Amino acid sequence: MSSSEISNGVNEALPVIEGWFTMDKADAHLIGSQCTRCQTYFFPGKVTFCRNPTCEGDTFDAVPLSREGTIWSYTDAQYKPPEPYVAADPFEPYAIAAVELAKERMIILGQLAKGITVDDVTTGMQVELQLQTLFSKDGQDYVSWVWQPKS
Amino acid sequence: MSVGSGSRNHKPNSLLRKNIMSRDVVILGAGMHPWGKWGKNFVEYGVHAARAALKDAGIKWQDIEFVAGGATMRNGYPGYVAGATFSQALGWQGNEIMTCYAACATGSQALAAARAKIQAGQCEVALVVGADTTPKGFLAPQKGERPDDPDWVRFRLGITNPTYFSLYAQRRKDVYGATDEDFAAIKVKNAEHGFSNEYARYRKKFTIEEVLASPMVASPLRLFEICATSDGGAAVVVASKEYADRLGSQRQIKIGGISTVSPKFASADVEMPDIATDSAAASDAYSFRASIAQKAYEEAGIGPEDVSLAEVYDLSSAMELDWYEYIGLCAQGEAEKLLRDGDTRIGGRVPVNASGGLACFGEAVPAQALAQVCELTMQLRGEAGDRQVKDANVGVTGNQGLFGHGSSVVLQR
Ligand SMILES: [Zn+2]
Repeated sequence: MSSSEISNGVNEALPVIEGWFTMDKADAHLIGSQCTRCQTYFFPGKVTFCRNPTCEGDTFDAVPLSREGTIWSYTDAQYKPPEPYVAADPFEPYAIAAVELAKERMIILGQLAKGITVDDVTTGMQVELQLQTLFSKDGQDYVSWVWQPKS
Repeated sequence: MSVGSGSRNHKPNSLLRKNIMSRDVVILGAGMHPWGKWGKNFVEYGVHAARAALKDAGIKWQDIEFVAGGATMRNGYPGYVAGATFSQALGWQGNEIMTCYAACATGSQALAAARAKIQAGQCEVALVVGADTTPKGFLAPQKGERPDDPDWVRFRLGITNPTYFSLYAQRRKDVYGATDEDFAAIKVKNAEHGFSNEYARYRKKFTIEEVLASPMVASPLRLFEICATSDGGAAVVVASKEYADRLGSQRQIKIGGISTVSPKFASADVEMPDIATDSAAASDAYSFRASIAQKAYEEAGIGPEDVSLAEVYDLSSAMELDWYEYIGLCAQGEAEKLLRDGDTRIGGRVPVNASGGLACFGEAVPAQALAQVCELTMQLRGEAGDRQVKDANVGVTGNQGLFGHGSSVVLQR
């Protein structure tokens, strides 16, 4: 699974951060690493030595992380963040969720899908990963993962 | 996800035989430069605070054998070598120096270094200084494209400091039944506490309605509930108890314990600036924050039930509630009750942030943990004026620096 994979809908778009997620819009996954010795997951996946203090592992498999999880908490941004965030003009507030992945036993942050506000979600709600354009700069779209409540 | 208690659970190891720390170290003097947005060089604040601490201790600058400086990252090279910068500004006199940086925990680390030097018998009296000049607005990362830097990445994704504060605040609402009024009540309480504090930047009382009418920044937290960045400086003179006794000091305050612990894997706390927690797929989940004060209590040989007052890091109004639990003032999920019962206001069972906290100060990063220590010193001496906590015998600070820096200091009268 290569992050340079381009699917329809996000043609020519680039990932906001290279290598963190697949660009397959129909089946988007965050890409983590899994220690081949102790099976611990890491995200972001760039890891050279296993950070589990009881493990001396130094080889890792790139693995797709669960694309569904449970909202641990959520918030929003009512003011424009500083750079390097690239904000639309005028600024559009957006919501954010911290999502717990059951298999990996970890919490991962991300924006909620466009149009979702804090009034639409609650702690414990099931969400799934999608891809969405985060910003456009000099005519180039940059894509990120977002969490979408499951219907 | 079930999270382990804060217990450190150190396995018995015959190779580790800790020396009994027989040598008591005391705060001999404390000094501060008022917090504000003064726009001056950070060195001015640091020297002002240092001179005040020396005067308070009743000793001369030339008596100081060791200076521990808290670094500032936003003031060029002099900030990176703050121990030397402050020493030069006070007048070179041959003292030893060191500088450390641990984000918001910087002051505790510098204090721990000075204490260790004294405990090891390498010096008798030391000066610890932290000061900062801060830019306006959000704390932003350094410039440039740095996708390997988690601090750069999270800002790129739109995740700011208030994001983290608000994730915890919202979770308190959903899990423990906290209300927007509870969060506002923290601000109201701290504003009342700090109203007469000459070192505080914001000295204005608020009503709950006024706080709730301030603009929403990151739901559920509002502008008046999120701490600003400030200029400021704080310093303490620390000495061996023998030195303080020889000096005839009647106002010395014992340093009972200092904790500068780091997290244990798998850390389950959602931590600035990380985008993800550790994975507990192959390890026990662990709460770092709940472990921070525990080591300081253990060193002091006390427990949270012995605490008369606490200074904790209210980066947001809601975060103060989390700290009630982290430092053991109540069980998890009971902080709202503690607040609503009035236990944590001056006059209550265990006042928290009698100084006014970050709500009244704003954050001057390398000075803030020392400012907490200065406040406790004044309180334990009975010199805190209008905001004096009655029968203050034991104080604890709770604080945490970015990238895994625990910070907690126990002071005892
Ligand atoms: Zn491993």
